Amino acid sequence: MKLAATVAFVIAVVATPREAFWAFGAHAVLVGLAAAAGRVPPGFLLRRLVIETPFLLFAVFLPFVGTGERIQVLGMGLSRSGLWAAWNIVAKATLGAAASVILAATTQVPDLLKGFSRLRFPRVLTAMTGFMVRYLDVVIGELGRMRTALRARAYRPRWIGEARALAAVAGTLFVRSYERGERVYLAMQARGYAGVMPELEATAAPARQWLGAAALVAFAAAVAGVGWLLR
Amino acid sequence: MSVPVVSLQGVGFSYPDGRRALDGVDLHIHHGERVALLGPNGAGKTTLVLHLNGILLPQEGTVAVAGIPVTRPNFVEVRRRVGVVFQDPDDQVFMPTVYEDVAFGPANLGLRGEALEARVDAALEAVGMQERRRRAPHHLSYGERRLVAIATVLAMEPEILVLDEPSANLDPAGRRELAEVVRRLGLTLLMVTHDLPYALQLCDRAVVLGGGRIAADGPIGQILADGALMAAHRLELPAGFDLNLMLRLKRQG
Repeated sequence: MKLAATVAFVIAVVATPREAFWAFGAHAVLVGLAAAAGRVPPGFLLRRLVIETPFLLFAVFLPFVGTGERIQVLGMGLSRSGLWAAWNIVAKATLGAAASVILAATTQVPDLLKGFSRLRFPRVLTAMTGFMVRYLDVVIGELGRMRTALRARAYRPRWIGEARALAAVAGTLFVRSYERGERVYLAMQARGYAGVMPELEATAAPARQWLGAAALVAFAAAVAGVGWLLR
Repeated sequence: MSVPVVSLQGVGFSYPDGRRALDGVDLHIHHGERVALLGPNGAGKTTLVLHLNGILLPQEGTVAVAGIPVTRPNFVEVRRRVGVVFQDPDDQVFMPTVYEDVAFGPANLGLRGEALEARVDAALEAVGMQERRRRAPHHLSYGERRLVAIATVLAMEPEILVLDEPSANLDPAGRRELAEVVRRLGLTLLMVTHDLPYALQLCDRAVVLGGGRIAADGPIGQILADGALMAAHRLELPAGFDLNLMLRLKRQG
């Protein structure tokens, strides 16, 4: 449910015309409301937004390298279309990232996976993602132990000479993971697995949640629509 | 006598590389028995376990579970009845949450909705892990993961519980907790282990496997006391272990 709402919200934000400044303000208010409803602290939200920094840097460049009509801002000649493009990226990326951060902060991975499968995502894909999440820790743990073992034998990583040992570690890790995959498959068979992941609980999101999310998305869509009408 | 829960007759199996893992194995386990399967590494213990639920099919002889021959058409029936708990709980517990993992087996048997939920709750309660049902397996301790692994097969309501090295990598408290759970369950048990004191604690009968054959089969006290037999199969009690004292304590309960 949250998943569907987030995707729909991001689409609405992206569809909003860039000239409608007020519309982005309205979207930002919606994000704020969602964060408040999910009890996501603003500081957490801001820290997680650091992830979009590369996009913002790229956006900062655009006004300088953009083509077309140039205007004077603070004594610098900037490209008008570049400025618009930069604003577009900054506003939409921030809102989209904020919405995703709220989703990630308020949703556990298993619930996220269940969300995907309820939205009729192919079962094989969600199962694979689930396995990945489950075994990431195990594989990282194995890698950590191998690194400790290397260092215990006075192995000092330098950029050359490092490669051989690292290649061996990567190979061993691959073989071990492959063998684990086989053992997991055996264990699945032992519990009656016959090639299809069983569909567990069909608990849909409660109607009130749907209503809240639908209202949020509808409002965002309305803002985008009005933005287009008024341009 | 009643129909054995597990019955192997003249079972032989060689791996593709030609290694003879099982060679004419006869073994019958009856309802309520608790049997330790002992033997050195490479004696064929794990191969035998994989025959019990049709993951491996015998090249010679027959395997039957509760009178049902272990053949491809009977796989679902056989796998419901034989609950195999593998050595590494990370291999067994693979779903994103404990609940989903315990539900995996019964869901494969076609259970849905409330019946499924009741089954999962009962299994988690039997091992004392109901508090952990929403957790991700990698956030549990090793001992807890082992208990969850047992719950995953209990949820299928098996007739026999097969544990492969159940005490491996457990700390002493984890060992004791596991023993308490196994005793409380009161299921027919086949336990594959090198941990002889643990086998003595939990089992009444011992089967020694050596070179793919049954080398001995009898009351566990007698087998552990047979020095020549033990030495011939690389079986050793820990230094200083007082077998007679432990047997006396066990008789007293």
